[in-house]
Amino acid sequence: MARLFCFPLVLPAMAVKDKSVELASVPVDLMGVNDRIARIKARSIKSEAKVAGLHMALSMIDLTTLEGSDTAQKVRQLCYKAIHPHDELEGIPTVAAVCVYPTMIRTAKEALKGSAVRVASVATYFPSGQSTLEQKLEETRFAITEGADEVDMVISRGRFLAGEYAYVLDEIKAVNALCKEHSVDLKVILETGELGSLDEVRKAADLALLADPTFIKTSTGKIAQAANMQVTLVMLEAISDHYDRTGIRVGMKPAGGISDAKTALHYLMMVKEVLGEDWLTHKRFRFGASRLANDILMQLRKQQTGLYQSPHYFSKD
Amino acid sequence: MTKDWNLSAAPESTSHIQLQSEYGLFIGGKWIKPSDGSYFDTSNPATEKRIASIALAGKKDVDAAFKAADHAFDGWSSLSGAERGKYIFRIARIIQEKSREFAVIESMDGGKPIRESRDIDIPLAAAHFFYYAGWADKLDYVFPGRKMRPLGVAAQIIPWNFPLLMAAWKIAPALACGNTVVLKPAETTSLTALKLAEVIDEAGLPPGVVNIITGDGATGALMTAHPTPKKLAFTGSTEVGKQIYKAAIQGGKKVTLELGGKAANIIFDDAPIDAAVEGIINGIYFNQGHVCCAGSRLFVQETVYDEVLAKLKRRMDSLIVGDPMDKNTDIGAINSKAQLKTIERYLKLGSEEGAEIYQPACNLPEKGYWCKPTLFTNVAQSNRIAQEEIFGPVLAIQTFRTIEEVIEKANNTPYGLSAGVWTDKGSKIFQLTKELKAGVVWANTYNKFDPTSPFGGFKESGFGREGGIHGLEAYLSFD
Repeated sequence: MARLFCFPLVLPAMAVKDKSVELASVPVDLMGVNDRIARIKARSIKSEAKVAGLHMALSMIDLTTLEGSDTAQKVRQLCYKAIHPHDELEGIPTVAAVCVYPTMIRTAKEALKGSAVRVASVATYFPSGQSTLEQKLEETRFAITEGADEVDMVISRGRFLAGEYAYVLDEIKAVNALCKEHSVDLKVILETGELGSLDEVRKAADLALLADPTFIKTSTGKIAQAANMQVTLVMLEAISDHYDRTGIRVGMKPAGGISDAKTALHYLMMVKEVLGEDWLTHKRFRFGASRLANDILMQLRKQQTGLYQSPHYFSKD
Repeated sequence: MTKDWNLSAAPESTSHIQLQSEYGLFIGGKWIKPSDGSYFDTSNPATEKRIASIALAGKKDVDAAFKAADHAFDGWSSLSGAERGKYIFRIARIIQEKSREFAVIESMDGGKPIRESRDIDIPLAAAHFFYYAGWADKLDYVFPGRKMRPLGVAAQIIPWNFPLLMAAWKIAPALACGNTVVLKPAETTSLTALKLAEVIDEAGLPPGVVNIITGDGATGALMTAHPTPKKLAFTGSTEVGKQIYKAAIQGGKKVTLELGGKAANIIFDDAPIDAAVEGIINGIYFNQGHVCCAGSRLFVQETVYDEVLAKLKRRMDSLIVGDPMDKNTDIGAINSKAQLKTIERYLKLGSEEGAEIYQPACNLPEKGYWCKPTLFTNVAQSNRIAQEEIFGPVLAIQTFRTIEEVIEKANNTPYGLSAGVWTDKGSKIFQLTKELKAGVVWANTYNKFDPTSPFGGFKESGFGREGGIHGLEAYLSFD
């Protein structure tokens, strides 16, 4: 259905603390969110739909390694896996990107040369974001110079929770401008596990969307509470409303905590039902995950042979 | 990459169900052929195919059923509460064990999506038996200091929209309080009640405590006019409810009626809109709108009307209409040809009254009885589609400006069964729950049921409450 671009962003009755950013407060109802998720999870995704969905999910993965102990060799292994997820299976896609720290970009870039797999780098003092804007921009610039195709930034959660929305928005805008200047895609990590409520998640998503980044993203994967279907639904609804207002399609990346294929298919069903099929592409939807790929591969293998193969047959990188 | 990621067919298996081709009457713990040998067919509304022949109970059969129930009453009512509870718990457990079979049969016979019968109807039916089984030995604590006794034989007539669930609502509290029962399911959906008779048999209830007879409106009339029952319990249309009320008064019987509705579902501009849209869908398209408490009148505050309408239409477009046995179906088949005709008459009437119709562009199966999810905008309060119960997937939308206006409009109906309120503001919820004349008011949700919660109407939606401890009162007399 054609979308209408007529919903006002600002409801004057609902002003927020920081008057310099006019941010509508959109209520979120936890019961409603849970009901919607239950209904999506009741969808039965079988046979051809399952295979198509698994292929799609694989093509949307950002294979990630973000450890202090990362080595060049580990990154190279991950890159090989990104291009060759499982050579025994024919006709399967590559993953979308490999996600690393800035110092590993060159290594990844080199290893992925000639493939369509992109290099994503975290930046802006990931994962805490506890630094000045100048230093964050400096790190972003470094990542871009090193050759990152995509930058995953974190928002200043402390400032956001203190109600300093203008500060946070300016930061996102500054990083986004720098990325756009070099045709680099930006993902904005809200770190929803630190925001305390779905209302705050919605507000943070709306704030980030005001900067029109390429993606908004749930989590760093560095704290216990990573992506779940609740925050993802709330963020997808924010993206939907943003599209209705502006006609701009911002992407979504749940990250961390999604490790099985069945859950991934439920996420895709959520995207389809909330945003529509225009978002069912790696250009607009990603999974930040490292273990998910192997479960998808195992399921695809099972679809072909009817049997589950031992996990030992799938490379752990 | 992939465009058109469509779901593959996901049919629920039907191979495990056990159905006979002919069903008799369950009277006095035995299966009996109808005295005059009449049967009628029950068919699958999604395929129009016959499923089984069902006995048509005549006068002799109705007499026999009440005689059996009357005969069983002394024994049953003098059992200890704990003993009665044991039987009812057993029924609950067997329903749970057979839940898949019940769900499949419910969807085959009635047309509702398997997702609903599997996730809502059958688990809730079991939950009602569990809940009332628990009260059987605790009645003295429910009504402390009061001397109570069961009423005797109860005549119970249930509708076709939630066949097994309504049987559970009726039978469970009656048994817990020590009454015996003659129950008649609706003509188009007798099968799960007959399967329930098998469960009751398997649970070893003394013969005659529960008798299940099948038939049409004439059988129902024989039941309500019968001198034996001390209590009439009916769920169904307001029209039939009025006749039953008359019969109850003439016979000096206790009566509870759960009748029609035309519920207002009210969306304020400070509501969680996405959740509200989902609530509208659940409110009116649940069970094809064959729901007495369906949110069939939608009131949207004018400032969010465009947003709500656009989102509602988009969500309607994503609903899957078709084979009730497919696990992904959102909207199944209309229960009967007659009901489809009624709905279609209202669709025509709505357009004639000047309302604007919207239906998604989905394909409907060729065989069977189907109606697309429908909404009407530009509806006036005086339109018949806004006043009369359609009992189908048809929503009438109006806008409002002030809270006083919407309360007045919402209450401006002969019905008063249920209502929905969507707002982020607690004080508004409390004002509306107080001022709306409806038995159930849902806040920021819709069509949520639980055995602990009483359910029932105001005005022409009936009286008496089912569910919760209120539901016990309807089956007891107090000294």
